Amino acid sequence: MNSDDKVVYDDKARHMAEQMVMAEQRHIAQRLQEDCDCKDGMFPRHVISSRRGFLFAAGSLVGAAGAASIARAESPKAPPGAVLYDVPDDPTKVQGRPVADESYGTRSQFETEVRMRYPTPNENTSWSLTPLGKGLGNITPSGLHFERHHGGIPTIDPARHNLLIHGMVDRPMTFSMADIKRLPSVTRKHFIECSGNGLTEWNKPTMKTVQGTHGLLSTSEWTGVQFATFARETGLKEGAAWVLAEGADAAVMTRSIPMEKMLKDALIVYGQNGEAIRPEQGYPLRLLLPGYEGNTHIKWLRRLQVSDKPFMTREETSKYTDLLGDGKARIFTLDMEAKSVITFPSGDMKLPGPGFYNITGLAWTGRGRVQSVDVSLDSGKTWYPARLESVPEPMCTVRFSFPWMWDGKAAVLQSRCIDETGYVQPTLKQLIAIRGDNGPFGSVYHLNAIQSWAVSAAGDVTNVHA
Amino acid sequence: MSMRRKYLAFAIGICLFSGSASAQSTIDHFGVGRNATTDEMAKYFSIPPSGAGLPPGSGTAKAGAAIFANTCAACHGDKLQGNPAKGIGGDRLIGGRGTLASKTPVKTVESYWPYATTLFDYIKRAMPFDSPGSLKDDEVYSLVAYILSEAKVIKPSETMDAKTLPKVEMPNRDGFVPDPRPELQLYR
Ligand code: HEC
Repeated sequence: MNSDDKVVYDDKARHMAEQMVMAEQRHIAQRLQEDCDCKDGMFPRHVISSRRGFLFAAGSLVGAAGAASIARAESPKAPPGAVLYDVPDDPTKVQGRPVADESYGTRSQFETEVRMRYPTPNENTSWSLTPLGKGLGNITPSGLHFERHHGGIPTIDPARHNLLIHGMVDRPMTFSMADIKRLPSVTRKHFIECSGNGLTEWNKPTMKTVQGTHGLLSTSEWTGVQFATFARETGLKEGAAWVLAEGADAAVMTRSIPMEKMLKDALIVYGQNGEAIRPEQGYPLRLLLPGYEGNTHIKWLRRLQVSDKPFMTREETSKYTDLLGDGKARIFTLDMEAKSVITFPSGDMKLPGPGFYNITGLAWTGRGRVQSVDVSLDSGKTWYPARLESVPEPMCTVRFSFPWMWDGKAAVLQSRCIDETGYVQPTLKQLIAIRGDNGPFGSVYHLNAIQSWAVSAAGDVTNVHA
Repeated sequence: MSMRRKYLAFAIGICLFSGSASAQSTIDHFGVGRNATTDEMAKYFSIPPSGAGLPPGSGTAKAGAAIFANTCAACHGDKLQGNPAKGIGGDRLIGGRGTLASKTPVKTVESYWPYATTLFDYIKRAMPFDSPGSLKDDEVYSLVAYILSEAKVIKPSETMDAKTLPKVEMPNRDGFVPDPRPELQLYR
């Protein structure tokens, strides 16, 4: 007899959320230690009051890692992606740095935002979250784009990388990277969101920051060739209905994509934000499926196999299916539905006192354009239209804002996205009523509920279910 | 090329290049890329539920047990119970039947996977995690037989090959439903 009769709930899943909380605490401690007091304007919580006290408290919470970060505070170190320079008292009284002959450029040493890795036991199958709390505009800097790898990040020489297209086609063909770059290209802005975004938030507010709750979302400008262009080169046989996409990483990741989607707007991209896509994003080539769950956007793309049926790969059966409360699981839940989140003020920030604040956040939908965004200050009882900061584009985030004169009383801030189909972003209660309350263990994916941030009279902002 | 597009291209040609012999119409086929060879296509595989593309060879649970102990157990446990240790994180592979409708469902090959062909495809493709793609087809068939036999999905005596594998009925074969979203309940 195996363990059927006495189900032992496996440790890996049980400690998932707890580990994540620990990782976020380490991350926050690190951030506070890097932040200078002059940045009270961005209001990370605790910086304003008793910053040292908190550091020590955090240190004791997270043990060795926290203690190590306090020790490092004595000798300043450049944040990742920056170089540390001396800061003159008056930059107009000394020459600055000369123009370098061959350079790539770095961000300012005062900018400290970094991705935070989800503490899965195995670092090669793990994910990292985009720091949305300080993000500006719509585009995610390429170096801060969230990551999800199932077999690490491969190193691929583009000179030896090809794309094979075969199966139910008239002419199976191989395209080198040079071939692909000769083809007519398109450039479009699209978000990618992992369908696991927010998985810790199903049964209780778990993560403190917006990076923790929503950081598996990033937006880039992508450049590449439409799948339709390739399809006309190879021809498609009668009955072709699915396309298997395969990556050249150690997971040899595969997903089956409906032909309808492939011929509607699928892109085979090599460019991200004006340069070659990053290794973590699939260098030299990835599939981009606007509005589809992130896992389907196969990175390090090397092969497309046209078929009449889906292949039922491990990633579309064992994973990325949605187990409902009744024991049935939804399969091929590919669309990312309308969603939004307030990024400022958001969890773990602190408002110094009553007065004016420009509430801002992101809204997106996998089903077209964002039509409008509403903001509530009273936990969803009343809604007000937000301002959109740019013209919404299909399957792209849009930044919204809402001018708020805070009276200093406790408030619960929410936003909701209405997409161009008329779909209104639901509440968590609504989702749980439909899908069951087995999250995050059964229902892991596709949490697109309204997020609530509570602001206390003291100005502390926390993640709540309201 | 549709008549309309042909006409359009022609019209643009007239407007831009009237009088010039070098007018170029819209290009539909670029002549970029090359025909794929049978050899290069043969390097790849993806096995659908029909079993199409399953390689020759076969394996048994007995042979699989030995391979599993040597190449898989460190990460998946000697009883296939999984190993959540730091640096490993191998999934639990069996058990969990009857838990899917509970608050803490246990999703394993045994309790959750709808197709046995997926197990062959995935092990051949991505396992062992630290040395993917290193197993011979007979070894993959044997490992599949071993895991399915430990899961009580097949008998320990059954041989797995291109014929038998697609016929295996997984316990959760009918456990999946198509995506009903947008959920109608949200429109009220
Ligand atoms: C070095 C550790 C390691 C070894 C050795 C290893 N695995 Fe794995 N295995 C993993 C990890 C980690 C995953 C999860 C991969 C992911 O996140 O995508 C996994 C996933 C799997 C899965 C999918 C489970 C699911 O529910 O989706 C199967 C099946 C599997 N392994 C079988 C094997 C077999 C058979 C062997 C021996 C040939 C093996 N593994 C060897 C670490 C290992």
